[in-house]
Amino acid sequence: MSPDRVAVVGVGQTKYSAIRGDVSMPGLLREAAYRALADAHMTMNDIDAVVVGKAPDFFEGMMMPEPYLAEALGAVGKPLLRVHTAGSVGGSTAIVAASHVESGVHERVLTIGWEQQSVSEAMWALSFPIPFQQQLVAGAGGYFAPFIREYMRRSDAPEDIGILVALKDRLNALKNPYAHLHEPDITYDSVKDSMMLWEPIRYSETCPSSDGAIAMVLANSEAAEASSASSGVPPAWIHGTSMRSEPATASGRDQVSPQAGKDCAADVFSQAGITKPLEQIDVVEMYVPFSWYEPMWLENIGFAEEGSGWKLTENGTTEMTGALPVNCSGGVLSTNPIGASGMIRFGEAALQVRGQAGDHQVDGVKTALGQAYGGAAQFFAMWVLRTEKP
Amino acid sequence: MSEDRPISAFPDGLWTQPQPSVPSGDDTVSGDDTVSEVQRIRTPASFVYDYTPGRAPSRFLRGLAEKKILGEKCPVSGDVYVPSRGMSPVEGLPTTEAVEVGPKATITSFCVVHIGFGENAPPTPFVSALILPDGAAVSLYGTILGIPHGDVRIGLRVEPVWLPHDQLTTSFENITHWEPIDEPDVAAERLKGHM
Repeated sequence: MSPDRVAVVGVGQTKYSAIRGDVSMPGLLREAAYRALADAHMTMNDIDAVVVGKAPDFFEGMMMPEPYLAEALGAVGKPLLRVHTAGSVGGSTAIVAASHVESGVHERVLTIGWEQQSVSEAMWALSFPIPFQQQLVAGAGGYFAPFIREYMRRSDAPEDIGILVALKDRLNALKNPYAHLHEPDITYDSVKDSMMLWEPIRYSETCPSSDGAIAMVLANSEAAEASSASSGVPPAWIHGTSMRSEPATASGRDQVSPQAGKDCAADVFSQAGITKPLEQIDVVEMYVPFSWYEPMWLENIGFAEEGSGWKLTENGTTEMTGALPVNCSGGVLSTNPIGASGMIRFGEAALQVRGQAGDHQVDGVKTALGQAYGGAAQFFAMWVLRTEKP
Repeated sequence: MSEDRPISAFPDGLWTQPQPSVPSGDDTVSGDDTVSEVQRIRTPASFVYDYTPGRAPSRFLRGLAEKKILGEKCPVSGDVYVPSRGMSPVEGLPTTEAVEVGPKATITSFCVVHIGFGENAPPTPFVSALILPDGAAVSLYGTILGIPHGDVRIGLRVEPVWLPHDQLTTSFENITHWEPIDEPDVAAERLKGHM
């Protein structure tokens, strides 16, 4: 038996914000899940299994919330699996859900990624005291900033590339009603003049802390075509999925452009028959929590030669009007419910292929890439979606 | 799949919304319309741990009590990891040999932290750096003092500053920070793969 084809037939998101005080954690998941089901013209009764993912439990101080969330979702008695891969978890979770369908075990799987950052301090959660960690690392920004500095040194990129990325993503977010940050008054100068947090990272080049959830319905060929016939929206067919990881600390490891990311991209492009990514991919959603990660990932994924990714940012290629629009949704820089952030990349790629992205829709998208990374830039997940059935 | 079913698919009777208990009569706050429902509170939460470091981290921490930085050698590549978890992350094999590294070291990269991180952190701005002790294969984290933060650079040579001898314990806090030493910088290209 050949593996079944899999498509995204429903996407649902919550409104993202710093504090979604109007709903509990189960409420967040329900909001996204039932919107995804409505988009797929299905009910929870149609769902065979649920695959969920969020960042580590210490981010909210709630251990293993998933068992009780099954009840809140109306999924009691259905197989439910949780995936753990730190910040990349949203992407990995979607891929695990897809494998449930591809294997032929299930026909329709609901997948959900979420985070309720307002009930904790993720920055402190990432700043363990001695003896669990060495010395003061000063949060995720403090961890990643030295690698950004090293990228700037190696590439000799102009100092304002990060400002250009932040400005682009925040302006794109204005076209996305679900985005957390809507800053209509943002300008090049306001980003440039914003406070340095972890120099070279400025406040306005840093992702926010968000509450929110995203859900997707994945279906096999028969169920996807039935759903599409009912909803009138084309399926986003999965043409490749890949996950790769590497140790956080290892001699010879390059955190600026990790080998695991290169391998993940090579694998997913091989599955999807992509040999010239810059020409063959119409739109990209990638995980950019700090502005400089756009040029870094453009090189890591293979859209640009090492040391030249920043040129695609500087010359406007990654703008919504450019040849390779990146993060039309506003990206992680505008919305960051950590456990959902990777799945938002995957889900936004689906929205672009399904033609449902509204004001941030790019015309004529046939092929989209979703990318997520996590941990100490050591976990990678990617998928390629197309309008065309494989 | 059908459109005639409601979106919410809870079977009848499975799920009922709990009714909040509403105080009545004399239990209510009277005469104060400004009292609003409490929706969120912020409260500290903490756990107290007994920490058993294990073989390699114990060796590392005991070394610190003698002002020694002890790494562990990968049996295949010879790369020295510090602090070690007792295994080589590349080969997946236990490390068996402890090797003293440093104390002289090189900054492989850094950032300037401008936001406060609690009472134990230095006053801002301060430099948080990846520091490669001589003889080690990977960097560890430390704070750089004794130099204006604008003068810190990749390749700068540093050495640790220790607590006074009578205050040394089996803790990473024995190294209060790192300071520059008068040696030529190391070329940045030589530090790739060792951050």
